[in-house]
Amino acid sequence: MRQYFSKQNRALLSELVRTDFKLRYQGSVLGYAWSLLRPLLLFGVLYVIFAVVLRTGTEIPHFPVYLLLGLIIWTFFTDMTQQSLGSIVGRGDLIRKIRIPRWIIVFSSSISALISLVLNMVIVMIAMIINHVDIMSTVAYLPLILVEVYVFGLGISLFLAAAFVKYRDITYIWEVLLQVGFYATPILYSMSNIPLRYQKFQILNPMAQAIQDARYALVSHDPHVITIFRIFNGGWYMLIPFAIVLVALLWGIYYFKKESRFFAENI
Amino acid sequence: MPDTVKDTEVAISVSNVSKSFKLPHEKLTSIKGLLINTFRRGSKSTYDIQQVLDDVSFEVKQGEFFGIVGRNGSGKSTMLKLLAGIYTQDSGGIDIHGSLTPFIELGVGFNQELTGRENVFLNGSLLGFSRAEMLAMYDDIVLFSELERFMDQKLKNYSSGMQVRLAFSIAIKAQSDILLIDEVLAVGDAAFQKKCYDYFMKLKREKKTVILVTHDMSAVRLYCDSAIMIDKGKIVQSGKIERVAQAYQRLFNDEIAETVSGEPDDQKRWGTGKVRAKKVDVKVTAENIKITANYTCVKAVDAPVFGFNVYSPRGMNLLEGNTIREKVETKPLKPGENVTITWQFPNVLASDTYNISVSTCDLGIHEFYDWLNEAATFIVPKDGSTAAFIDPPLQVGKITYS
Repeated sequence: MRQYFSKQNRALLSELVRTDFKLRYQGSVLGYAWSLLRPLLLFGVLYVIFAVVLRTGTEIPHFPVYLLLGLIIWTFFTDMTQQSLGSIVGRGDLIRKIRIPRWIIVFSSSISALISLVLNMVIVMIAMIINHVDIMSTVAYLPLILVEVYVFGLGISLFLAAAFVKYRDITYIWEVLLQVGFYATPILYSMSNIPLRYQKFQILNPMAQAIQDARYALVSHDPHVITIFRIFNGGWYMLIPFAIVLVALLWGIYYFKKESRFFAENI
Repeated sequence: MPDTVKDTEVAISVSNVSKSFKLPHEKLTSIKGLLINTFRRGSKSTYDIQQVLDDVSFEVKQGEFFGIVGRNGSGKSTMLKLLAGIYTQDSGGIDIHGSLTPFIELGVGFNQELTGRENVFLNGSLLGFSRAEMLAMYDDIVLFSELERFMDQKLKNYSSGMQVRLAFSIAIKAQSDILLIDEVLAVGDAAFQKKCYDYFMKLKREKKTVILVTHDMSAVRLYCDSAIMIDKGKIVQSGKIERVAQAYQRLFNDEIAETVSGEPDDQKRWGTGKVRAKKVDVKVTAENIKITANYTCVKAVDAPVFGFNVYSPRGMNLLEGNTIREKVETKPLKPGENVTITWQFPNVLASDTYNISVSTCDLGIHEFYDWLNEAATFIVPKDGSTAAFIDPPLQVGKITYS
């Protein structure tokens, strides 16, 4: 493990992340502010449509914060996977001309997404203050839940980045899958409106499980905030999302390792 | 034991390495292609296998300056990429004793949108330096590159020569036991090339292990202790420099009257543009070298002067000629008029690759209408080798002994 985080690799990682941030908002007037504004504006639009016009989530306390938190965790997942997907091909010049650990490139994309997430969590905190949300002791679980989402995203990112070298369709397929995932995951609506037998399927999706758990941990313990623990009452089914995360990570690492030897000639 | 001592002296040992690339008839980069192909499988293969390296073995000793030469597409660059760990071989083994530079080109990862300073740090991190280490040697790098004034400008505002200078200044900081160098000599101006050669000399004095991949036989003769020549994926000559260099030049002997023509490239020219050089052809025979230059008049001019220069591979001005010196009178030109001028001189040049520039100016040599660098490149293939620039027919007089 130590060899993976040697002095050289850490220096390279930090330099790649730095470059990524410098370049992302280059030439835009608001610069870094965009990484905060983008999810905030999206939130504004969705809030008006779903909470004001369609009046969903009225049974849930602090619905704006509930909606915002779900949206930000989902944005983290999509940002990370989409940025990572093109990262190897995008850095083709490095891959072809220098020997560096290939995974660092995907890793640096995921760290960039992680930094945006931390900034966005500041917005959630501000929203909590405005909405008078009380801090609960379960907030301690939040970092663990975010680590779960990160690990899940990293596994998928490794797979996508490696597969994209060979099959350029991946980017379109993944875009569609994310769109499906966005509606399959209870981000905009409350799960309590869904029949229990569908809830049982829905919550097995690690993203649904993580977002609901995060809402429980941070926003409200109200019975309408449905978590996997509440659905299965603590049964072993609860472990399925975590098993999926683990499989995604191991598969991602295996596939990436296998393919990375041929990146230089396949790009 | 003598055997173990000998083993530690080996820096790189390559044994029976083969590498092939799959060349699909249609590049398979879509899922649809993958599906169609799966159904078709077994009927016929949809790709060609290109054997780039075939059972290559060689050894490089510690402290050796080792050359790898070969034509374009011979597999020499693939060999370098295998050594660097960028490609993975199909079979065979590569043993490397000591640390190796990970890059094969200068300025890897340079980003045009970042400033010179930012690029120094980015490039340094790719070479394995931490930020603290880079801070410590930053001033040194800038000083060597002579680009102090430009460090806070974006790289896209640098000329290509400046970029190479910056990249080179960082690259020479790389602290590894074995260096890999791929044709750096081909870029940069004469002053930069001199810096390169000084650096090579320093490496040679310090007894560093260096692998140099190049076309430039004069560099091989000057620096390398031993070399291999790769052709069509196999080592066809190895060992003594002279043998390898001659084998390389024999490759071109079949093409004794080779003609190389240059299509003018606007980046390499300057001048007011009243008359423009269009096409330059060079015909090389064993006896003579004949240069034919075509010009087109854009704006009317009084009797212009035409000239040419021949440069060595390292940018030294070897030979020049113009119509004033030769006391040739020229006529005024009208727009649209074409001029063809032919120069001829005895082929006294040594076996090597040369470069030509052509030019035209007014009679007082105040206004240059056009100066075109690298208007054409030509190869002089000769038997027998020399480290000198010229290789005219020589007669040895009667040797008297007393």
